[in-house]
Amino acid sequence: MTSTEYERRPLIGTEAPALAERLHRLWETAPGLYGWLATVDHKDIGLRYIITAFAFLILGGVEALVFRLQLSWSNLHLLTPEQYDQLFTVHGMTMIFLYAGPVLSGFSNYLWPLLLGARDMALPRLNALSYWVYLCAGLVLYSGFALGFGPDVGWFNYVPLAARAYNDGPNIDVYALGMVLLGISTTVGSINFVVTFLRMRCPGMSINRVPILVWGTLTASAANIFAIPAVSLAFLLLWMDRNIGTHFFDATAGGSALLWQHLFWMFGHPWVYAIVLPAMGMVSDGLPVFCRRPLVGYSVVALATVATMVLGFGVWVHHMFATGLPGVSLSFFSAASIIIALPSAVGVFAWLATIWTGRPVFTAAFMFFASFILLFTIGGVSGYMTGSVPVDWQLTDTYFIVAHLHYVLIGINVFPVVGATYFWFPKFTGRLMDERLGRWNFWTMFAGFNLGFFPMHISGLMGMPRRIYTYGDGMGWNWLNLITTLGSFLFGLGVLLFVWNVMKSWKSGAKAGDNPWDAPTLEWATPSPPPSYNFMVIPTVGSRHPLWEDRLARPAKVEKSFIARGLTLEHGREALGTTPLDAEPNVILKMPDDTLIPLCLALAMTVLTIGLARVNWLVVGLGALLIAAAIIAWLWPSTVLGETAEAGRDG
Amino acid sequence: MWRISPKCPFSGSSRIAAVRGFRPLLLGFALAPFSCAAAGAAPLEYLTGAGEKAGPVVALTWGVIVISLSVILVITALLVGGICKNSPRAVVVGEKSAIGPDEGGHKWLWIGVGVSSLVLLFTVVWTMVVLADIQAPASRPSVTIEVTGRQWWWQAHYVSGEGRDFTTANEIHIPTGEIVRLKLLGGDVIHSFWVPRLAGKMDAIPGQINETWIEAAKPGIYQGQCTEYCGVEHAKMLFRVVAQSPADFRAWWAHQLAAPVSANGRQAFVENCGRCHTMRGTRATGTLGPDLSHLMARQTIASGVLPNNPRTIAAWIANPQAFKPGTLMPAVKLSDSDRAGITAFLLAQD
Repeated sequence: MTSTEYERRPLIGTEAPALAERLHRLWETAPGLYGWLATVDHKDIGLRYIITAFAFLILGGVEALVFRLQLSWSNLHLLTPEQYDQLFTVHGMTMIFLYAGPVLSGFSNYLWPLLLGARDMALPRLNALSYWVYLCAGLVLYSGFALGFGPDVGWFNYVPLAARAYNDGPNIDVYALGMVLLGISTTVGSINFVVTFLRMRCPGMSINRVPILVWGTLTASAANIFAIPAVSLAFLLLWMDRNIGTHFFDATAGGSALLWQHLFWMFGHPWVYAIVLPAMGMVSDGLPVFCRRPLVGYSVVALATVATMVLGFGVWVHHMFATGLPGVSLSFFSAASIIIALPSAVGVFAWLATIWTGRPVFTAAFMFFASFILLFTIGGVSGYMTGSVPVDWQLTDTYFIVAHLHYVLIGINVFPVVGATYFWFPKFTGRLMDERLGRWNFWTMFAGFNLGFFPMHISGLMGMPRRIYTYGDGMGWNWLNLITTLGSFLFGLGVLLFVWNVMKSWKSGAKAGDNPWDAPTLEWATPSPPPSYNFMVIPTVGSRHPLWEDRLARPAKVEKSFIARGLTLEHGREALGTTPLDAEPNVILKMPDDTLIPLCLALAMTVLTIGLARVNWLVVGLGALLIAAAIIAWLWPSTVLGETAEAGRDG
Repeated sequence: MWRISPKCPFSGSSRIAAVRGFRPLLLGFALAPFSCAAAGAAPLEYLTGAGEKAGPVVALTWGVIVISLSVILVITALLVGGICKNSPRAVVVGEKSAIGPDEGGHKWLWIGVGVSSLVLLFTVVWTMVVLADIQAPASRPSVTIEVTGRQWWWQAHYVSGEGRDFTTANEIHIPTGEIVRLKLLGGDVIHSFWVPRLAGKMDAIPGQINETWIEAAKPGIYQGQCTEYCGVEHAKMLFRVVAQSPADFRAWWAHQLAAPVSANGRQAFVENCGRCHTMRGTRATGTLGPDLSHLMARQTIASGVLPNNPRTIAAWIANPQAFKPGTLMPAVKLSDSDRAGITAFLLAQD
């Protein structure tokens, strides 16, 4: 902005009741239904993400327990094959797409601006859109299942089984378009994280001072932006094959069945890392707090996070080792899939070193974080085993893979997320979770999980294939499956204990105060729960651990952080934009007010999706018109945001 | 009602298997050296191999299992050691406490990552060696079989190049000690061909032919199963490979080429079954279902789901959906005399 009319020298001030009052009036969401639907506050959105994702986790868990009953012994017939197929497909879809990714988006949405010393995410309306589209996509994806035509060919939806010739109900159309819709949510959310990282870090927070959670989510978001187009394209092409007569995946007409697998896994494997890296970041930030020392090897761990993702784009073929690809490509992808264990080893040894050189404090959060290291190792080595092509030719599509992916998803996502909830719940609600119940919660989940899922490795080595609705006697799998079923129910009980603890503590937990764990990062400098504007003045940080500076022996040259004194920015909703690498103050950002437009746009997209899924062109046209209207309303120049000439003159 | 020999996986006494089932469990946990008994208890296990192709893979599999378990043990020890090193303390909420310096511990990274690199590199090299070893067989294949995965059974077409071709289903005979080339094709959707004790999986994909090979050192029955999810009866898409001495195998092949045994019911079979099934030497030439020539020479029916005997054949014809809900074979309406005739005709085809 070159025009001087837009320039202003912002005031520097200290925290004061009058300022708090003024900021509160500017930022607080209106009470009532309107405010609830219109809010763009990242904290509201973050909590909604987390709660919605947990609701899906519970649904997916119940589905799994139902089909675990069916598998607990040979030749059981509680479910028909069709019911079983829908259940295992919807279970996978729920856990991988509707729980594992969104729950991390929820934590990062809530935490990022607080960790970065910002008043909101860079693009608050996009943030609201991302949540509403996620919710709508979740409902669309579940609508088929609720009405009896859920997806039934597995979450990776291989063609030709998913093609019209072999699956002619609406099952796959709803799934395909629901996934495209969900992809929009993830994409806009990812763009928001990347822009926020580049522009919203408070002064002094150069990129080597951001918490590892930020690195994890940033890396995942950047990857999503590249990976999601592949899968959205695949699902769109599939919808075209099924409904308008194209033949992209139809081998009988010159298409290719393997094209689907390439497009899906080019997305699918980076996605696996996208749903674990932020969770690993939570551990990298949370574990050191309970070891009473900074993380060992911050820079290496941050670089390993990025390296994992870069390598993660070069391993998708390990899902396709048995598809008859040439030896050269098998060798390349096999080597890459084994070597990708290295950056993970960096993390494991950094966490171990932090425990060894620190003085652990036993809290429920610590137990979840510490046990994660072990579960991560087990999920890691089983992944390493599948990286070896000749071994994978045996392991693939057996229960060994089921064991592996559950150690990855539960061990590296659910355990850190539950630990992170114990850790950050006081910040979210102002109340501590019950530690005693937390121990019960931990041991039930830990015992149930290992009891249930470790034997799956052995069932796999004994040859039990995935996705079979029953198996014959004499295969040697009976006892293993019975143990797995018992363990998964125990694990389910552990999750229930967690939910109970959350509800109980939210209502009547002990008051937490600003910083109950004596943690070092900026979110703990705000009240619990934080006010709508997060920080009364924009903080300036001088180190990675602003709240430990008074006690941390440090080189003389290190600067000091300022938390109670900084830019006040109180001419409307304002945030500070800083330079991408060094985080030097650069521009005052005008932040949008609460608005219903994101919700309207999400609903309009849903109308379009439903129209396409049912191939009803009238509904499609209506949806397109509504989308156009919502986008015009969204982009209409606003004086408050400084997008009109009047704003410049008045300013 | 269908009490059948315990050899067939989907029937038989569960008590016997319950006792047997312990064995793989103990085996897995204790890492005991393997015996052939283990293979009997879990017919699809692949920790014991049975041929030229399986050998190097079994060694590699055990290698990475041992490495993996060692890593888990080391990390567990380090984790528990680190936690127990200092007597754990309870947190005092909201109170500031001492913070350790931001230094030390880097040795862990260098040593840990250094050792990991060596192990990973070693694994990559071993993997490449095994891969090169099993990509192509050491000698020329003596038999070529085109195997097509269909919903939910396997078609096997033996290629001779001398007009001695024939087609059979769900039971693949091979000569021991000889290389058998397999050409895999997906007849409808994607399936995956897997005989764990002989070789790893290879997908059968529509529109492409995937070539692979197997070899069995000793005569025996090697069970197989489809391992790519392929629709409602994926769970019941079993098959078996029967390895015979080369002489027995050649005799079996010759027998397969023999004309059908004539028996009452031939006409009823052709009229009622011939649109989907083939019986070589008759006018039944359908290709939607398995080729039934010399049916009684097979050990199982319905793609390995039922043992092959008069009772199961009659029951299967009467109501296939009872055994394999969703199977593409309908319960054909038959008069009593036709049913008896068809069954008798099939039972004569040894």
